[in-house]
Amino acid sequence: MRRLINQHPSRGGAVLLAALPFVLILFVYLYYSHARLLENPGDKLLPSPATIGATLHQYAFEEDERTGDYLFWVDTWASLERLGVALAISASLGLVLGLAIGVLPYVRATLAPFVAALSLIPPLAVLPILFIAVGLGELAKITLIIIGVTPIIVRDLALRTGELPAEQIIKAQTLGASSWQVVVRVVLPQLWPRLIDALRLTLGAAWLFLIAAEAIAATEGLGYRIFLVRRYLAMDVILPYVAWITLLAFAMDWILRIVRAKAFAWAAPDA
Amino acid sequence: MTQVTVKRLWKNYGAQVVLENVNLHIGDHEFVTIVGASGCGKTTFLKMLLGIETPSKGDFLIDGEPLPAEPGPDRGIVFQRYSLFPHLRVIDNLLLGLELRGAPLAGRLFGARRRRARARADELLEAVGLHGSADKYPRQLSGGMQQRLSIAQSVICEPKILLLDEPFGALDPGITADMHTLILQLWNLHKMTIFMVTHDLQESFELGTRLLVFDKVRHDPQSPEAFGATITYNIPLKGHRTPASNAVPSQPRSPEEHSPS
Repeated sequence: MRRLINQHPSRGGAVLLAALPFVLILFVYLYYSHARLLENPGDKLLPSPATIGATLHQYAFEEDERTGDYLFWVDTWASLERLGVALAISASLGLVLGLAIGVLPYVRATLAPFVAALSLIPPLAVLPILFIAVGLGELAKITLIIIGVTPIIVRDLALRTGELPAEQIIKAQTLGASSWQVVVRVVLPQLWPRLIDALRLTLGAAWLFLIAAEAIAATEGLGYRIFLVRRYLAMDVILPYVAWITLLAFAMDWILRIVRAKAFAWAAPDA
Repeated sequence: MTQVTVKRLWKNYGAQVVLENVNLHIGDHEFVTIVGASGCGKTTFLKMLLGIETPSKGDFLIDGEPLPAEPGPDRGIVFQRYSLFPHLRVIDNLLLGLELRGAPLAGRLFGARRRRARARADELLEAVGLHGSADKYPRQLSGGMQQRLSIAQSVICEPKILLLDEPFGALDPGITADMHTLILQLWNLHKMTIFMVTHDLQESFELGTRLLVFDKVRHDPQSPEAFGATITYNIPLKGHRTPASNAVPSQPRSPEEHSPS
């Protein structure tokens, strides 16, 4: 008998094992949902799959009576747009600042402590300031995500830049590289995959800030909907929405991982 | 013609003296090998030549001019590791020096200028035996191939001085012999001055036209850091210098390739 640490599941076995916790959760849910509904057909806490399906169908494929919109898609698009804009801005800011802090000692001396301090401010504590300063519109929600995510990306990329072997930077200089050329030919190309890693890392936080902002002030969005229907205990809306958010987050992470692997073949996988 | 002159050079970090009273004159086209115990300042000496360390006292002159305080294209370097760019293919690693010089803003060459540079890079790639690996990434190469590429990468910029920091220390003995042939060939072809730090005494005698031994001449058992090392032996060797007249390049280069691209 080999030691446990040396025993590996087969490929198919690994897939089955990975599916196991999901299936288990599903069964537990179905069991308790069924039990509660037997006792009280009007129970709202654990709706049956049929109820969830019907509600989801209504949200996704039937026009809302009041607005004439397909709420599910309107919510999805609104949230993704906010998230996308915020992440794009955060990534750009993070890349430029992280690079500058990592490469230029003067910028590092000036900005590194400031960014470190900034990153310690709890973003949600700033939310009221944002609402007061820029109003309740899109800007506040997007800014919240940016405030929450950018300092992390900046610090991570500055760190990654510092991790490049000094030998490389010196070698580049002996090949005649100016500061600018070191940035565009040596440092920046090696930072792209690390930027993707940083984005993947901050995706969870970005969703958190998005939903928090939407919960407080929005007229559409996945987070807004969840908090809106909470008043009616509408678990048949909340549960599929949460599952959908999870799926979206997973898909974004997966896409980023694929892009990293395809576009940066020189970087060892996930190194 | 490259002359390296060192006059009464001292280097200390605070109270710790690393090098003391180093005097040296190196003429053109020498192959200087540097040996010494660990921590005797030979790497510090190389770092000063490279421009990433500055002398505490004394003069370090190249062709009569003080050494610039940062690395530059007149002094190439090959480290033991990490001196290749992992995100560039072999051919792009080699082209980098030409591209940086030819395109200050983009750092890339295009069109006819790229083709000219590419032809020159291909030729050097052939000379160092890497023509079959042009499209690989450095991490796909063996240690010996990586060092060949790193040497070629420096040589393509035609530096006046080439610095080698234990370049073959991590290689298999069989491969080291090939590397010796290669470095001698490039040295005779491009007529640069080479400074090579090594741990391998045999290597230092075999390759060099001059052997420098760094060691401490004074010891204070009470405070071992009070005295630094200096050059205790400066031995002229036979070397493998081929006279200019019969230095036949293995790959004769056509004249237009010498013109700046």
